[in-house]
Amino acid sequence: MTKKQTNIVIYVILALLSALFLFPILLVVINAFKSKFFISTDPFALPFGDMFAGLENFRRGLSSVGFFAAVGRSVCITVLSVAVIVLFCAMCAWFLVRTPGRVSRLLYGAFVFSMVVPFPMIMYTATYLIDRVHLSNVLGMIPVYLGFGAGLSIFLYTAFVKTLPIELEEAAGIDGAGVLSTFFRIVFPLLSPTAITVAILNGMWIWNDYLLPYLVLGDKNKTVPVAIELAMQGAFGAVDLGGLMAMLILAILPILSFYLFAQRYIIEGITAGSVKG
Amino acid sequence: MKAGTLKRYFGIFVLPTLLCFLLVFVIPFVMGIFLSFTEFSTIESATFVGLANYKLAFRAGDGFLRSLGFTSLLALAVVAAVNLVALALALLLTKRIRFTSLFRGVFFLPNLIGGIVLGYIWNLLLGGILSYFGLDITYFASLGFLGLLLLSVWQLSGYMMVIYIAALGAIPKETEQAALVDGATPFQLLRYVKLPQILPSIAVCVFLTLTNTFKMFDQNLALTQGAPGRKTEMLALHIFRTFYGRIGWQGVGQAKGVMFFIVVAVLSGLQLYFTRQRKEKI
Repeated sequence: MTKKQTNIVIYVILALLSALFLFPILLVVINAFKSKFFISTDPFALPFGDMFAGLENFRRGLSSVGFFAAVGRSVCITVLSVAVIVLFCAMCAWFLVRTPGRVSRLLYGAFVFSMVVPFPMIMYTATYLIDRVHLSNVLGMIPVYLGFGAGLSIFLYTAFVKTLPIELEEAAGIDGAGVLSTFFRIVFPLLSPTAITVAILNGMWIWNDYLLPYLVLGDKNKTVPVAIELAMQGAFGAVDLGGLMAMLILAILPILSFYLFAQRYIIEGITAGSVKG
Repeated sequence: MKAGTLKRYFGIFVLPTLLCFLLVFVIPFVMGIFLSFTEFSTIESATFVGLANYKLAFRAGDGFLRSLGFTSLLALAVVAAVNLVALALALLLTKRIRFTSLFRGVFFLPNLIGGIVLGYIWNLLLGGILSYFGLDITYFASLGFLGLLLLSVWQLSGYMMVIYIAALGAIPKETEQAALVDGATPFQLLRYVKLPQILPSIAVCVFLTLTNTFKMFDQNLALTQGAPGRKTEMLALHIFRTFYGRIGWQGVGQAKGVMFFIVVAVLSGLQLYFTRQRKEKI
């Protein structure tokens, strides 16, 4: 086989594999436009003729379980928590690196250790405490996510702060900059590559998180994943599959559009969490 | 900046994060260990019972051991399947061809989707296929196993692929060329030149897949809900149900949580060990 022929074979294989990887998502899109009775009887048919439901699923499915409110809540929690995590964890990591000693080492160790602990180990006690200090509401989720996100975020920031030349900060000090202006004018801008990684990793996690908001907020203050799960918990015959398809699409859409803009950052960011080790 | 001056700013720089961290992690963790030796239905009513909870967790018919077995078996299958697929994808994408970033983007895409959504997507897909045979994913435990395996391959392969692409890209070109000059076949090139050089990355990916599968919850809940019976219930879901499904069993749930933590911690410790080894080699 010549080089060109080999390449064609590779392209064909890759194209087939891509189709296979995209098919499950495509299937949801197809069924979102199908009237709900045909979704269970004929999931693989294209929505033509009788089956076509237009935007009916989106209209009915989304209004029924308070899904729009759930989207609003999820957006609010995700955006604010990510902003808080990106800022406060950067401050914390910089402080710990620049004040070496036993306390800093202990704190850093505790943050890193928390990454190893699976959620079921602390799910009951953490939920209890969060409830006790009255943080079981939408805005209360922001400090809660700061606590849960601190481990990985401080780990990533610390690795990066260690590579920053301290001379820059010393020069700023000589020029009369205080601690706060040194951090916000000099250090934080330099941290932006890691800040992007931290924002992406935490954003994906918080947007998709199900168990924590389910336990803390319950079904009164549903987030998107909780709303989807609740919609499916109805008696099995009565589940509105059409509405579910519409919800699934709205749960994926924000991530997908974000991904199209920043694919490179996202792939690098998400894998950075693992490879840095 | 002098460390002494900086230390006065502890309250602004560290305290906000530290307080939240203490609240949702440190205190719950310590409380969790303590409560695993007590019986309670509310935390205020906890009474010390020694190791009774741990014994109850292993009692026949409880399902803890079964879910541990199911999770381990699934994790082994997922590790093998995901890493084979990921490595194959990475090898295809490191050939000198165009559109690699497009293909990479497609294979990585399922990673971005949340577990609950993933579970329902595959519920629809597998339910549709199985209904042609008059079956449903909850008919046999083996169908649930297969479903979770397929879902995991779909979700995790792209992630591991990215790590393998980076590793394959870091192999010095000279070694490959030298092997080709010596007349190595493509298989020999893979077996004796490429694989040995990416061995550390394989170790990382194996452990990442392993811990990921062990901690799986959302996908399990959305795809099979543990059905039929509780035969496809994985560890995280099993512990969740011990806590919230059986009144008075919270202590047992907590004991299971501690054991779950130990399993994951050992796996993570092994991972760290292999990662350190890789660094020392470089």
